[in-house]
Amino acid sequence: MGTSLTIGKAINAGLRASMEHDPKVLVMGEDVGRLGGVFRVTDGLYKDFGADRVIDTPLAESGIVGTAIGMAMRGYRPVVEIQFDGFFFPAANQTFTQLAKMRRRSAGKLSMPVVMRIPYGGGIGAVEHHSESPEAYFTHTSGLRVVTVANPEDAYWMIQQAVRSDDPVIFLEPKRRYYEKSEVDTGASIAEATPMGAARVARPGTDVTLLAYGPMVKTALQAAEADTEHSIEVVDLRSLSPVDYPTVVESVRRTGRLVVAHEAVLTGGPGAEIAARVTEECFYHLESPVIRVAAFDTPYPQSRLEEYYLPDLDRVLDGVDRAFAY
Amino acid sequence: MSDTTAHEEPELIQLLTPEGELTGHPDYPLDIGAEEIRALYRDLVLVRRVDSEAVSLQRQGELGLWASLLGQEAAQIGSGRALREHDMAFPSYREHGVAWCRGIEPKELLGMFRGVTNGGWDPHEHGFHLYTIVIGSQALHATGYAMGVQRDGALGEDGTAVISYFGDGATSQGDTNEAFNFASVNNAPVVFFCQNNQWAISEPLERQSRVPIYRRAAGFGFPGVRVDGNDVLAVLAVTRAALDNAREGNGPTLVEAFTYRMGAHTTNDDPSRYRASAELDEWKAKDPILRVRRHLELNGLADEEFFASVDAEAETIGEQVRTECRALPDPEPLDIFHEVYAEPNVHIDRQRSEFADYLASFESAGAEGGR
Repeated sequence: MGTSLTIGKAINAGLRASMEHDPKVLVMGEDVGRLGGVFRVTDGLYKDFGADRVIDTPLAESGIVGTAIGMAMRGYRPVVEIQFDGFFFPAANQTFTQLAKMRRRSAGKLSMPVVMRIPYGGGIGAVEHHSESPEAYFTHTSGLRVVTVANPEDAYWMIQQAVRSDDPVIFLEPKRRYYEKSEVDTGASIAEATPMGAARVARPGTDVTLLAYGPMVKTALQAAEADTEHSIEVVDLRSLSPVDYPTVVESVRRTGRLVVAHEAVLTGGPGAEIAARVTEECFYHLESPVIRVAAFDTPYPQSRLEEYYLPDLDRVLDGVDRAFAY
Repeated sequence: MSDTTAHEEPELIQLLTPEGELTGHPDYPLDIGAEEIRALYRDLVLVRRVDSEAVSLQRQGELGLWASLLGQEAAQIGSGRALREHDMAFPSYREHGVAWCRGIEPKELLGMFRGVTNGGWDPHEHGFHLYTIVIGSQALHATGYAMGVQRDGALGEDGTAVISYFGDGATSQGDTNEAFNFASVNNAPVVFFCQNNQWAISEPLERQSRVPIYRRAAGFGFPGVRVDGNDVLAVLAVTRAALDNAREGNGPTLVEAFTYRMGAHTTNDDPSRYRASAELDEWKAKDPILRVRRHLELNGLADEEFFASVDAEAETIGEQVRTECRALPDPEPLDIFHEVYAEPNVHIDRQRSEFADYLASFESAGAEGGR
């Protein structure tokens, strides 16, 4: 039985299912309670689960993540909301020096089942610090898992999988896609859902692999639709750390070409690591270098310029064309 | 412009004078017998001995680093002995005396400073979290843990209290201040125990705080108290009161234990570059161990035989620490990959496997008579 849900509502429903499943699951962050979050992703949870489980915190990101670590030590499974990507940075110390390293530091005696939900990416006409794509900071940090979603089905299941993970999970939510809607089979079993570590072929093709994640998956699918010359296979990466290389490599060995598209900046972005690894594993199958379509190595610009800054349909198609120039 | 707050003489809670006289304090009555005082004396002497042995071991190259607790024994033993078994402590990295009270063996502390572990003990088994090196971070962990205690309904007379240790330098950190605020608005059962040892490496207290540290609590809306950190009885009484207040659901307290770092910041530090020896002499007169000994002697609560037996025990422990430290085995190279994640991780697994093959390639080369 399908229910039509937006990505935002699907995460909400997934959080609700997680809280019903396990009384140790808590939601905490700025404005997540009474208001239901600035994007309303936690809407209704405060009313139904109460202030002890849906905690409106003081306005201090380091404090949120730091206290979540302590709660996890006490046996809770906090789901932390960082209100916007650019506001993660005050919590960087707690995330990188404590959350990510606690298991290793304790030689496995402590686990950190903490989920950090972060609305990320641009395209909403926002002021500074509200449109960033900081995923490379997380994927560069050992001890964290990093996932992102591109559709309501994944949003519903992956948030639940993230909550059940005994590792800290950075759960990146494509904020400009919150209102994308499709059917979700909420009656299915979590055991049957695709594991959150797996990439997925979102659209099969034969000439080039177009790899995207989060907000760029929709753009990639549009590009595949628009390109009448080439048969584009779109791979939705889903998990940024670890990367499901077997799925990516299998696709690239078939198509012989890879274009990686992301909103994160080019240099040191996820595409750089994927390009290096795919080159190692697919060297004799590649017909062209791995092409990256990414944001420029500049600070995110004022919103009136973001349509030029963000990789859009044309930039992605241009990237595909470059892959065929060899 | 007048600024009276900064100049008012703060009250210092003291029960036992440096001369060994038990004066008591009306707000902090302490019902304590001779046996218990002798036990505290033993703790103080033994942790000082473990500490001095660790400094020697560092000098001999057996440890990479050591952060000495010299001078802070009373602050640590007094607060450590105030904890109940099911209480939870979040240390910084100098709390060897508290670790002692929580049943952590010295060799486990040494393992971290030798570089064989990143913190070897089980925090839950001992009610003592791993050492936290990034200054102030653990104050938030303690607060979050205390918020968990609240949600467990584990408050009341037999409830659980949480204590966070940090130094005067940490009071400048955002995390410490965020912890004060989170604890306050949530009324969390946590005691913030600041060992003000007057120095954050080379920076004196006046570079960290314009007001006495314990007065910071007022701005966050909970009580703060300054205790003579070299008086083990006062620290015991004040910490016990703060812990009981927390466990009964009355929220946080900031305890400022006014003490002195008699040694260097760590074995890598040279305090002669930034502080005068006269200051050290002044604090030597307030030694935390000497005053307990004087008290026991003056009141005939312990005889020479007792003191000799404690000294002998200290020597035995020193010897034991030395032997155990040298016997700590180096971890296996593949330990690098252990326990990074709770769940299987393909990247880590792959790198472990490649590195294992790489290491094995030297062994097979050796077997074939290679280099």
